[in-house]
Amino acid sequence: MLEYFNFRIIWEYMPLFMDGLYQTVWISLVGIIGSLIVGMIACSCRISGIRILSAPAVVFIEVIRSTPLLAQLYFLYFGLPSLGIQVSELTTGIVALSVNSGAYVAEILRAGIKGIPGGQVEAAMGQGFNVYQRFFYILLPQALANTLPTMLGQAIVLVKDSAVLSLISVMELTRAGQILNSERFMPSEAFLTVAALYLLVYYVLKGLSKFYQMRMMRFRSA
Amino acid sequence: MWGFYFDQLMNSMPMFYKGMGMTVAVSALSLVGGTVIGTIAGILRSNRGTFLSRILSLYVDFMRGTPFLVQLFIIFFILPEFGLQMEAFTAAVVSLTIYAGSYICEIVSAAIQAVPPGQEEACRSLGHTRSQAMRLVILPQALRMALPALVGQYVLLIKDSSIVSVIGLTDITRAGWLTVQRVPEGIMVFGLVGLLYFAVCYPLIQLSNILEKKFSTGDMKL
Repeated sequence: MLEYFNFRIIWEYMPLFMDGLYQTVWISLVGIIGSLIVGMIACSCRISGIRILSAPAVVFIEVIRSTPLLAQLYFLYFGLPSLGIQVSELTTGIVALSVNSGAYVAEILRAGIKGIPGGQVEAAMGQGFNVYQRFFYILLPQALANTLPTMLGQAIVLVKDSAVLSLISVMELTRAGQILNSERFMPSEAFLTVAALYLLVYYVLKGLSKFYQMRMMRFRSA
Repeated sequence: MWGFYFDQLMNSMPMFYKGMGMTVAVSALSLVGGTVIGTIAGILRSNRGTFLSRILSLYVDFMRGTPFLVQLFIIFFILPEFGLQMEAFTAAVVSLTIYAGSYICEIVSAAIQAVPPGQEEACRSLGHTRSQAMRLVILPQALRMALPALVGQYVLLIKDSSIVSVIGLTDITRAGWLTVQRVPEGIMVFGLVGLLYFAVCYPLIQLSNILEKKFSTGDMKL
Protein backbone atom coordinates (compact mmCIF):
# COMPACT_ATOMS: atom_id res chain seq x y z
CA MET A 1 0.00 0.00 0.00
CA LEU A 2 2.72 2.45 0.99
CA GLU A 3 4.87 1.95 -2.12
CA TYR A 4 1.74 2.58 -4.10
CA PHE A 5 1.73 6.20 -2.97
CA ASN A 6 3.80 8.71 -4.81
CA PHE A 7 5.02 10.76 -1.85
CA ARG A 8 7.13 12.95 -4.10
CA ILE A 9 3.98 14.31 -5.73
CA ILE A 10 2.34 14.92 -2.36
CA TRP A 11 5.47 16.79 -1.29
CA GLU A 12 5.56 18.75 -4.53
CA TYR A 13 1.94 19.80 -4.07
CA MET A 14 2.32 20.46 -0.34
CA PRO A 15 2.21 24.27 -0.76
CA LEU A 16 -1.11 23.88 -2.60
CA PHE A 17 -2.53 21.64 0.14
CA MET A 18 -1.30 23.98 2.86
CA ASP A 19 -2.87 26.92 1.09
CA GLY A 20 -6.10 24.93 0.79
CA LEU A 21 -6.01 24.00 4.47
CA TYR A 22 -5.38 27.63 5.40
CA GLN A 23 -8.29 28.76 3.23
CA THR A 24 -10.59 26.10 4.67
CA VAL A 25 -9.72 27.12 8.23
CA TRP A 26 -10.14 30.80 7.39
CA ILE A 27 -13.45 30.29 5.56
CA SER A 28 -14.69 28.17 8.46
CA LEU A 29 -13.76 30.78 11.06
CA VAL A 30 -15.56 33.53 9.16
CA GLY A 31 -18.48 31.14 8.58
CA ILE A 32 -18.67 30.29 12.31
CA ILE A 33 -18.77 33.97 13.26
CA GLY A 34 -21.35 34.63 10.54
CA SER A 35 -23.51 31.71 11.63
CA LEU A 36 -23.37 32.85 15.27
CA ILE A 37 -24.65 36.28 14.21
CA VAL A 38 -27.38 34.79 11.98
CA GLY A 39 -28.24 32.25 14.68
CA MET A 40 -28.53 34.83 17.47
CA ILE A 41 -30.78 37.06 15.37
CA ALA A 42 -32.98 34.15 14.23
CA CYS A 43 -33.18 32.71 17.75
CA SER A 44 -33.99 36.03 19.41
CA CYS A 45 -36.72 36.66 16.81
CA ARG A 46 -38.13 33.17 17.23
CA ILE A 47 -38.43 33.33 21.01
CA SER A 48 -39.44 37.01 21.11
CA GLY A 49 -43.15 36.16 21.19
CA ILE A 50 -43.80 38.97 18.70
CA ARG A 51 -45.57 37.39 15.77
CA ILE A 52 -44.18 39.54 12.94
CA LEU A 53 -40.67 38.62 14.13
CA SER A 54 -41.16 35.00 15.15
CA ALA A 55 -43.12 33.84 12.08
CA PRO A 56 -40.42 34.77 9.53
CA ALA A 57 -37.76 33.31 11.84
CA VAL A 58 -39.62 29.97 12.01
CA VAL A 59 -40.05 29.90 8.22
CA PHE A 60 -36.37 30.74 7.73
CA ILE A 61 -35.17 28.04 10.12
CA GLU A 62 -37.49 25.33 8.74
CA VAL A 63 -36.77 26.12 5.09
CA ILE A 64 -33.00 26.14 5.62
CA ARG A 65 -33.09 22.89 7.59
CA SER A 66 -35.26 21.16 4.97
CA THR A 67 -33.09 21.97 1.94
CA PRO A 68 -29.53 20.88 1.10
CA LEU A 69 -26.63 23.30 1.49
CA LEU A 70 -25.61 22.64 -2.11
CA ALA A 71 -29.02 23.80 -3.38
CA GLN A 72 -28.76 26.91 -1.17
CA LEU A 73 -25.27 27.58 -2.49
CA TYR A 74 -26.42 27.28 -6.11
CA PHE A 75 -29.45 29.44 -5.29
CA LEU A 76 -27.12 32.26 -4.27
CA TYR A 77 -24.47 31.54 -6.90
CA PHE A 78 -26.91 31.58 -9.82
CA GLY A 79 -29.54 33.77 -8.18
CA LEU A 80 -27.58 36.81 -7.03
CA PRO A 81 -26.40 37.78 -10.54
CA SER A 82 -29.98 37.66 -11.83
CA LEU A 83 -30.85 40.16 -9.09
CA GLY A 84 -28.00 42.32 -10.36
CA ILE A 85 -25.73 41.60 -7.38
CA GLN A 86 -22.18 40.72 -8.40
CA VAL A 87 -20.06 39.23 -5.61
CA SER A 88 -17.10 36.86 -5.66
CA GLU A 89 -17.50 33.08 -5.34
CA LEU A 90 -15.78 33.28 -1.97
CA THR A 91 -18.29 35.79 -0.61
CA THR A 92 -21.20 33.77 -2.00
CA GLY A 93 -19.82 30.65 -0.36
CA ILE A 94 -19.26 32.25 3.03
CA VAL A 95 -22.75 33.80 3.00
CA ALA A 96 -24.29 30.42 2.10
CA LEU A 97 -22.34 28.67 4.88
CA SER A 98 -23.27 31.32 7.47
CA VAL A 99 -26.94 31.31 6.57
CA ASN A 100 -27.13 27.51 6.46
CA SER A 101 -25.28 26.95 9.71
CA GLY A 102 -27.05 29.94 11.30
CA ALA A 103 -30.37 28.10 11.20
CA TYR A 104 -28.86 25.20 13.14
CA VAL A 105 -27.14 27.56 15.59
CA ALA A 106 -30.52 29.23 16.21
CA GLU A 107 -32.02 25.87 17.20
CA ILE A 108 -29.04 24.98 19.38
CA LEU A 109 -29.33 28.33 21.18
CA ARG A 110 -33.06 27.88 21.62
CA ALA A 111 -32.49 24.48 23.23
CA GLY A 112 -29.83 26.05 25.44
CA ILE A 113 -32.16 28.85 26.51
CA LYS A 114 -34.93 26.34 27.25
CA GLY A 115 -32.59 24.67 29.73
CA ILE A 116 -32.09 27.86 31.76
CA PRO A 117 -34.29 27.90 34.88
CA GLY A 118 -37.25 30.29 34.65
CA GLY A 119 -36.22 31.96 37.89
CA GLN A 120 -33.37 33.65 36.04
CA VAL A 121 -35.77 35.57 33.81
CA GLU A 122 -38.05 36.38 36.73
CA ALA A 123 -35.14 37.71 38.76
CA ALA A 124 -34.03 39.83 35.79
CA MET A 125 -37.57 41.15 35.39
CA GLY A 126 -37.64 41.93 39.09
CA GLN A 127 -34.48 43.97 38.60
CA GLY A 128 -36.28 45.93 35.89
CA PHE A 129 -34.40 44.49 32.87
CA ASN A 130 -36.23 44.90 29.59
CA VAL A 131 -36.68 42.16 26.95
CA TYR A 132 -33.50 43.14 25.14
CA GLN A 133 -31.41 43.18 28.32
CA ARG A 134 -32.88 39.87 29.49
CA PHE A 135 -31.94 38.20 26.22
CA PHE A 136 -28.46 39.63 25.75
CA TYR A 137 -27.26 39.86 29.37
CA ILE A 138 -28.99 36.94 31.07
CA LEU A 139 -30.07 34.27 28.59
CA LEU A 140 -27.57 34.43 25.73
CA PRO A 141 -24.30 34.22 27.75
CA GLN A 142 -25.56 31.23 29.71
CA ALA A 143 -26.95 29.52 26.60
CA LEU A 144 -23.64 30.04 24.77
CA ALA A 145 -21.66 28.57 27.66
CA ASN A 146 -24.00 25.61 28.13
CA THR A 147 -24.15 24.72 24.46
CA LEU A 148 -20.45 25.10 23.69
CA PRO A 149 -19.86 21.35 23.09
CA THR A 150 -22.84 21.26 20.70
CA MET A 151 -21.58 24.44 19.04
CA LEU A 152 -18.19 22.80 18.50
CA GLY A 153 -20.04 19.89 16.89
CA GLN A 154 -21.75 22.37 14.61
CA ALA A 155 -18.33 23.90 13.85
CA ILE A 156 -17.13 20.45 12.74
CA VAL A 157 -20.15 20.19 10.45
CA LEU A 158 -19.38 23.65 9.05
CA VAL A 159 -15.74 22.78 8.32
CA LYS A 160 -16.88 19.70 6.41
CA ASP A 161 -19.68 21.56 4.65
CA SER A 162 -17.19 24.15 3.42
CA ALA A 163 -15.94 21.42 1.04
CA VAL A 164 -18.90 22.07 -1.28
CA LEU A 165 -17.51 25.55 -1.91
CA SER A 166 -15.01 23.82 -4.17
CA LEU A 167 -17.94 23.18 -6.54
CA ILE A 168 -18.24 26.90 -7.27
CA SER A 169 -14.44 26.93 -7.68
CA VAL A 170 -13.52 28.54 -4.37
CA MET A 171 -9.90 27.69 -3.64
CA GLU A 172 -9.94 25.56 -0.49
CA LEU A 173 -8.75 22.15 0.68
CA THR A 174 -11.01 19.95 -1.48
CA ARG A 175 -10.27 22.16 -4.48
CA ALA A 176 -6.54 21.60 -3.88
CA GLY A 177 -7.18 17.86 -4.19
CA GLN A 178 -9.21 18.35 -7.34
CA ILE A 179 -6.42 20.41 -8.88
CA LEU A 180 -3.79 17.75 -8.17
CA ASN A 181 -6.12 15.06 -9.49
CA SER A 182 -6.86 16.90 -12.72
CA GLU A 183 -3.23 17.89 -13.34
CA ARG A 184 -1.56 14.55 -12.56
CA PHE A 185 -4.42 12.00 -12.52
CA MET A 186 -3.45 10.79 -9.08
CA PRO A 187 -6.72 10.49 -7.18
CA SER A 188 -5.32 8.47 -4.26
CA GLU A 189 -2.56 10.93 -3.45
CA ALA A 190 -4.91 13.85 -3.97
CA PHE A 191 -7.99 12.82 -2.02
CA LEU A 192 -6.40 10.75 0.74
CA THR A 193 -4.13 13.68 1.59
CA VAL A 194 -7.16 15.97 1.60
CA ALA A 195 -9.03 13.53 3.86
CA ALA A 196 -6.06 13.36 6.25
CA LEU A 197 -5.92 17.15 6.53
CA TYR A 198 -9.66 17.36 7.24
CA LEU A 199 -9.21 14.68 9.90
CA LEU A 200 -6.52 16.84 11.49
CA VAL A 201 -8.97 19.73 11.90
CA TYR A 202 -11.67 17.31 13.08
CA TYR A 203 -9.51 15.81 15.84
CA VAL A 204 -8.49 19.27 17.07
CA LEU A 205 -12.14 20.36 17.35
CA LYS A 206 -13.22 17.04 18.84
CA GLY A 207 -10.44 17.30 21.43
CA LEU A 208 -11.52 20.85 22.32
CA SER A 209 -15.11 19.69 22.74
CA LYS A 210 -14.07 16.80 25.02
CA PHE A 211 -11.78 19.07 27.05
CA TYR A 212 -14.55 21.60 27.58
CA GLN A 213 -17.10 18.92 28.47
CA MET A 214 -14.74 17.53 31.09
CA ARG A 215 -14.11 20.97 32.54
CA MET A 216 -17.82 21.63 32.66
CA MET A 217 -18.46 18.35 34.48
CA ARG A 218 -15.78 19.13 37.05
CA PHE A 219 -17.23 22.61 37.46
CA ARG A 220 -20.73 21.21 38.00
CA SER A 221 -19.67 18.53 40.46
CA ALA A 222 -17.51 20.94 42.47
CA MET B 1 -39.61 38.59 -18.98
CA TRP B 2 -40.32 36.30 -16.03
CA GLY B 3 -43.25 34.83 -17.92
CA PHE B 4 -40.96 33.79 -20.74
CA TYR B 5 -38.59 32.06 -18.35
CA PHE B 6 -41.52 30.49 -16.54
CA ASP B 7 -42.57 28.77 -19.78
CA GLN B 8 -39.05 27.51 -20.28
CA LEU B 9 -38.95 26.27 -16.72
CA MET B 10 -42.22 24.42 -17.30
CA ASN B 11 -40.60 22.79 -20.33
CA SER B 12 -37.88 21.32 -18.15
CA MET B 13 -40.34 19.98 -15.58
CA PRO B 14 -40.00 16.36 -16.86
CA MET B 15 -36.29 16.54 -15.98
CA PHE B 16 -37.17 17.68 -12.45
CA TYR B 17 -39.59 14.78 -12.05
CA LYS B 18 -36.86 12.38 -13.18
CA GLY B 19 -34.45 14.12 -10.81
CA MET B 20 -36.90 13.67 -7.97
CA GLY B 21 -37.12 9.98 -8.81
CA MET B 22 -33.32 9.71 -8.77
CA THR B 23 -33.02 11.53 -5.43
CA VAL B 24 -35.67 9.30 -3.89
CA ALA B 25 -34.12 6.12 -5.36
CA VAL B 26 -30.56 6.93 -4.22
CA SER B 27 -31.71 8.05 -0.77
CA ALA B 28 -34.05 5.09 -0.25
CA LEU B 29 -31.44 2.49 -1.24
CA SER B 30 -28.71 4.02 0.93
CA LEU B 31 -31.19 4.57 3.76
CA VAL B 32 -31.92 0.85 3.89
CA GLY B 33 -28.26 -0.09 3.42
CA GLY B 34 -27.07 2.47 5.97
CA THR B 35 -29.58 1.30 8.55
CA VAL B 36 -28.53 -2.34 8.17
CA ILE B 37 -24.79 -1.57 8.32
CA GLY B 38 -25.26 1.01 11.06
CA THR B 39 -27.34 -1.26 13.27
CA ILE B 40 -24.89 -4.16 13.01
CA ALA B 41 -21.92 -1.86 13.56
CA GLY B 42 -23.75 -0.14 16.43
CA ILE B 43 -24.37 -3.43 18.22
CA LEU B 44 -20.72 -4.40 17.84
CA ARG B 45 -19.52 -0.95 18.92
CA SER B 46 -21.71 -0.86 22.02
CA ASN B 47 -19.35 -3.51 23.42
CA ARG B 48 -16.75 -0.90 24.44
CA GLY B 49 -13.11 -1.79 24.83
CA THR B 50 -13.03 -4.72 22.40
CA PHE B 51 -10.72 -4.74 19.40
CA LEU B 52 -13.69 -4.63 17.05
CA SER B 53 -15.20 -1.57 18.69
CA ARG B 54 -11.85 0.26 18.36
CA ILE B 55 -11.74 -0.51 14.64
CA LEU B 56 -15.33 0.66 14.33
CA SER B 57 -14.59 3.92 16.12
CA LEU B 58 -11.82 4.57 13.57
CA TYR B 59 -14.38 4.03 10.82
CA VAL B 60 -16.86 6.35 12.53
CA ASP B 61 -14.18 9.01 13.09
CA PHE B 62 -13.05 8.88 9.49
CA MET B 63 -16.60 9.27 8.18
CA ARG B 64 -17.46 12.01 10.66
CA GLY B 65 -14.18 13.84 10.23
CA THR B 66 -14.09 14.14 6.45
CA PRO B 67 -16.59 15.83 4.13
CA PHE B 68 -18.97 13.59 2.24
CA LEU B 69 -17.77 15.19 -1.00
CA VAL B 70 -14.23 13.91 -0.35
CA GLN B 71 -15.55 10.45 0.52
CA LEU B 72 -17.49 10.40 -2.72
CA PHE B 73 -14.36 11.36 -4.67
CA ILE B 74 -12.37 8.67 -2.87
CA ILE B 75 -14.87 5.98 -3.89
CA PHE B 76 -15.55 7.30 -7.37
CA PHE B 77 -11.95 8.09 -8.38
CA ILE B 78 -9.72 5.83 -6.30
CA LEU B 79 -11.48 2.48 -6.44
CA PRO B 80 -11.10 2.30 -10.26
CA GLU B 81 -7.31 2.54 -9.67
CA PHE B 82 -7.61 -0.79 -7.89
CA GLY B 83 -9.66 -2.23 -10.74
CA LEU B 84 -13.03 -1.64 -9.11
CA GLN B 85 -14.87 0.27 -11.79
CA MET B 86 -18.26 1.55 -10.68
CA GLU B 87 -21.09 3.35 -12.37
CA ALA B 88 -21.98 6.75 -10.95
CA PHE B 89 -25.22 5.37 -9.50
CA THR B 90 -23.48 2.50 -7.72
CA ALA B 91 -20.72 4.77 -6.45
CA ALA B 92 -23.32 7.21 -5.12
CA VAL B 93 -25.34 4.53 -3.32
CA VAL B 94 -22.22 2.83 -1.91
CA SER B 95 -20.69 6.04 -0.58
CA LEU B 96 -23.97 7.30 0.88
CA THR B 97 -24.56 3.90 2.51
CA ILE B 98 -21.14 3.80 4.16
CA TYR B 99 -21.51 7.45 5.20
CA ALA B 100 -24.99 7.04 6.69
CA GLY B 101 -23.92 3.76 8.30
CA SER B 102 -21.31 5.51 10.43
CA TYR B 103 -23.80 8.02 11.85
CA ILE B 104 -26.45 5.35 12.42
CA CYS B 105 -23.79 3.23 14.15
CA GLU B 106 -23.27 6.07 16.63
CA ILE B 107 -27.00 6.52 17.19
CA VAL B 108 -27.63 2.80 17.72
CA SER B 109 -24.65 2.24 20.03
CA ALA B 110 -25.60 5.28 22.13
CA ALA B 111 -29.17 3.99 22.41
CA ILE B 112 -27.99 0.52 23.42
CA GLN B 113 -25.83 2.02 26.14
CA ALA B 114 -28.78 4.08 27.34
CA VAL B 115 -30.68 0.88 28.17
CA PRO B 116 -29.99 0.30 31.88
CA PRO B 117 -27.49 -2.55 32.47
CA GLY B 118 -29.95 -4.11 34.91
CA GLN B 119 -32.01 -5.21 31.92
CA GLU B 120 -29.24 -7.36 30.58
CA GLU B 121 -28.34 -8.68 34.00
CA ALA B 122 -31.95 -9.68 34.60
CA CYS B 123 -32.04 -11.47 31.24
CA ARG B 124 -28.82 -13.31 31.93
CA SER B 125 -29.97 -14.41 35.35
CA LEU B 126 -33.13 -15.80 33.74
CA GLY B 127 -30.88 -18.04 31.67
CA HIS B 128 -31.01 -16.19 28.36
CA THR B 129 -27.85 -16.09 26.29
CA ARG B 130 -26.21 -12.74 25.49
CA SER B 131 -27.54 -12.74 21.95
CA GLN B 132 -31.04 -13.52 23.19
CA ALA B 133 -30.83 -10.66 25.69
CA MET B 134 -29.70 -8.32 22.92
CA ARG B 135 -32.29 -9.49 20.43
CA LEU B 136 -35.33 -9.82 22.67
CA VAL B 137 -34.85 -7.18 25.35
CA ILE B 138 -32.21 -4.59 24.67
CA LEU B 139 -32.53 -3.93 20.92
CA PRO B 140 -36.32 -3.40 20.86
CA GLN B 141 -35.99 -0.78 23.60
CA ALA B 142 -32.88 0.81 22.09
CA LEU B 143 -34.30 1.08 18.59
CA ARG B 144 -37.45 2.71 19.94
CA MET B 145 -35.33 5.28 21.72
CA ALA B 146 -33.18 5.77 18.62
CA LEU B 147 -36.13 6.25 16.29
CA PRO B 148 -36.39 10.09 16.42
CA ALA B 149 -32.64 10.45 15.85
CA LEU B 150 -32.79 7.90 13.02
CA VAL B 151 -35.51 9.81 11.19
CA GLY B 152 -33.45 12.99 11.67
CA GLN B 153 -30.49 11.17 10.16
CA TYR B 154 -32.60 10.15 7.15
CA VAL B 155 -33.35 13.83 6.51
CA LEU B 156 -29.60 14.57 6.55
CA LEU B 157 -29.07 11.66 4.15
CA ILE B 158 -31.62 12.98 1.65
CA LYS B 159 -30.03 16.43 1.82
CA ASP B 160 -26.51 15.06 1.47
CA SER B 161 -27.61 13.04 -1.54
CA SER B 162 -27.62 16.38 -3.42
CA ILE B 163 -23.82 16.14 -3.46
CA VAL B 164 -23.87 13.03 -5.70
CA SER B 165 -24.99 15.37 -8.49
CA VAL B 166 -21.32 16.29 -8.96
CA ILE B 167 -20.43 12.85 -10.33
CA GLY B 168 -23.06 13.27 -13.02
CA LEU B 169 -26.15 11.70 -11.50
CA THR B 170 -29.26 13.60 -12.58
CA ASP B 171 -30.93 14.13 -9.24
CA ILE B 172 -32.98 17.21 -8.26
CA THR B 173 -29.89 19.38 -7.76
CA ARG B 174 -28.34 18.43 -11.09
CA ALA B 175 -31.68 18.94 -12.85
CA GLY B 176 -31.57 22.48 -11.47
CA TRP B 177 -27.95 22.92 -12.49
CA LEU B 178 -28.68 21.74 -16.04
CA THR B 179 -31.75 23.96 -16.29
CA VAL B 180 -29.96 27.06 -15.06
CA GLN B 181 -27.53 26.78 -17.98
CA ARG B 182 -30.42 27.38 -20.39
CA VAL B 183 -32.76 29.44 -18.22
CA PRO B 184 -30.63 32.12 -16.54
CA GLU B 185 -33.04 32.66 -13.64
CA GLY B 186 -31.19 31.20 -10.67
CA ILE B 187 -33.75 32.34 -8.11
CA MET B 188 -36.63 30.66 -9.92
CA VAL B 189 -34.79 27.46 -10.85
CA PHE B 190 -33.21 26.84 -7.46
CA GLY B 191 -36.35 28.07 -5.74
CA LEU B 192 -38.05 25.12 -7.42
CA VAL B 193 -35.18 22.81 -6.42
CA GLY B 194 -35.54 23.97 -2.82
CA LEU B 195 -39.29 23.49 -2.94
CA LEU B 196 -38.90 19.87 -4.09
CA TYR B 197 -36.44 19.07 -1.30
CA PHE B 198 -38.67 20.85 1.19
CA ALA B 199 -41.62 18.70 0.11
CA VAL B 200 -39.62 15.56 0.94
CA CYS B 201 -37.69 16.67 4.04
CA TYR B 202 -40.11 18.87 5.96
CA PRO B 203 -42.67 16.10 6.69
CA LEU B 204 -39.82 13.87 7.87
CA ILE B 205 -38.50 16.58 10.22
CA GLN B 206 -42.00 16.97 11.66
CA LEU B 207 -42.24 13.19 12.07
CA SER B 208 -38.93 13.21 13.95
CA ASN B 209 -40.25 15.97 16.26
CA ILE B 210 -43.47 14.05 16.91
CA LEU B 211 -41.55 10.84 17.67
CA GLU B 212 -39.27 12.75 20.01
CA LYS B 213 -42.20 14.18 21.96
CA LYS B 214 -43.91 10.79 22.06
CA PHE B 215 -40.90 8.86 23.27
CA SER B 216 -39.52 11.45 25.64
CA THR B 217 -42.62 11.46 27.85
CA GLY B 218 -44.15 8.79 30.01
CA ASP B 219 -43.36 5.23 29.11
CA MET B 220 -39.81 5.75 27.87
CA LYS B 221 -38.64 6.94 31.27
CA LEU B 222 -36.95 3.69 32.20
